[in-house]
Amino acid sequence: MGGYQYNWSIISDNIDVFIYGALKTLEISALALLFAIPIGIIVGMGRISRNKFIRLVASIYVEVMRGVPLLVLLIWIYFVLGQFIKLGAYWGSVLGLAVFTGAFIAEIVRAGIQGVATGQMEAARSAGMSHTQAMRHIILPQAFRRVLPPLASQFIMLIKDSSLISVISATELTLDAKNLVVNTFKPLEVWTFVAVVYFVMTFSLSLIIRYFEKRLLSREN
Amino acid sequence: MISIKQVTKSFGGHQVLTDVSLEVPKSSVIAVIGPSGAGKSTLIRTINALEPIDTGEITVDGISIHDKKTDINKARLNIGFVFQSFNLYPFLTALQNVTMAPMKVKKMSKEAAEKRGKELLTSLGLDDKFDAYPNRLSGGQQQRVAIARALAMDPQVMLFDEPTSALDPEMVTEVLDAIRKLAQDGMTMVVVTHEMGFAKEICDEIVFMADGKIVEQAPPSKFFTNPDSERAKNFLSKVLNH
Repeated sequence: MGGYQYNWSIISDNIDVFIYGALKTLEISALALLFAIPIGIIVGMGRISRNKFIRLVASIYVEVMRGVPLLVLLIWIYFVLGQFIKLGAYWGSVLGLAVFTGAFIAEIVRAGIQGVATGQMEAARSAGMSHTQAMRHIILPQAFRRVLPPLASQFIMLIKDSSLISVISATELTLDAKNLVVNTFKPLEVWTFVAVVYFVMTFSLSLIIRYFEKRLLSREN
Repeated sequence: MISIKQVTKSFGGHQVLTDVSLEVPKSSVIAVIGPSGAGKSTLIRTINALEPIDTGEITVDGISIHDKKTDINKARLNIGFVFQSFNLYPFLTALQNVTMAPMKVKKMSKEAAEKRGKELLTSLGLDDKFDAYPNRLSGGQQQRVAIARALAMDPQVMLFDEPTSALDPEMVTEVLDAIRKLAQDGMTMVVVTHEMGFAKEICDEIVFMADGKIVEQAPPSKFFTNPDSERAKNFLSKVLNH
């Protein structure tokens, strides 16, 4: 090794590639999140359903999704499911990230609901609310407050997980960076800067969620 | 108004209620007393079906509470319940705690529900606490909000499960005063309590429970001076002489 020649101008010369890639990453992550949240709420409530069958189905979903590597899941969706439904790399990625993240959100939701004192459900039911009404108006709002911090971590994981969709050639930051490395032979500069961009995205998200959390909780404490 | 007939209930092999029967006429106030573990709380919780029963029947205003054909959500509108630990909704203000069920269950307009809620809170001495969150209120204030919340549904029956047991001593009076006022207004009530003075003063009947059974039932004048059963005598000697 004759010593690696650093050339950081690669970054500034290709800044548009990074910006485009970062925006794509955010776009796909946000779309995936949009689907992952309802999946997580439904499956999470299914995990504590009074119906045994619903509980079983929800548990299988969570365990399978948590057990399968995201990489494999994406490949299945793109190459196997793709034979039957024309999803394309973009929607295949959104779907893969959504069903994967949904399972983790489900566990957060379940723990959040179970963490609300049973007296809350009893008080709501005593006032004539149905189980569904009590869940919606009394339990879930409290569960939501409790799960904000773990949810924030999950959202951040999603942004980072989205780097894996480059394996099915979905365009985002990581794939753009790979191509740039191939063209410039400057992997250290490119990947270091990629890390910086991911950090900026995740840290900003972290700050935004923390702001909302504070605003939500400040009145009640 | 409330009719409990031969109710039996067990928790995992342990019999907590054995052949319990009790009639609560309209506008009467019944105190349920007895040692802990006697089944008092379980009994009162079966009246609005927070606890299921194994056998027997409970009717409130003629509606069979544990009948599978009964719409329990509808039946509960008629039965207010106040918990030992208040169970206020911590993310809602005092007024929102009171207006939630009228709006969501009775489909009352926000204006009407708030008007009624403010009246109730005011009548319970909480006119300056409408917008306070529960953790900013003292225990006594929280329990009064809980009473207002139950009354907001205009129930014909109020059930109190040890309403003052979680309170600091100086706050017991304000909650008992609220219950006393309801009694004067003719509310039908069942109160599980350890406040013997209160039970003696405002209740029409004392129900003494031990080991999941009603051991004795008598007007307070008789029960506190000349109870029939040894269990009651024993219990009273312990709670009154200290």
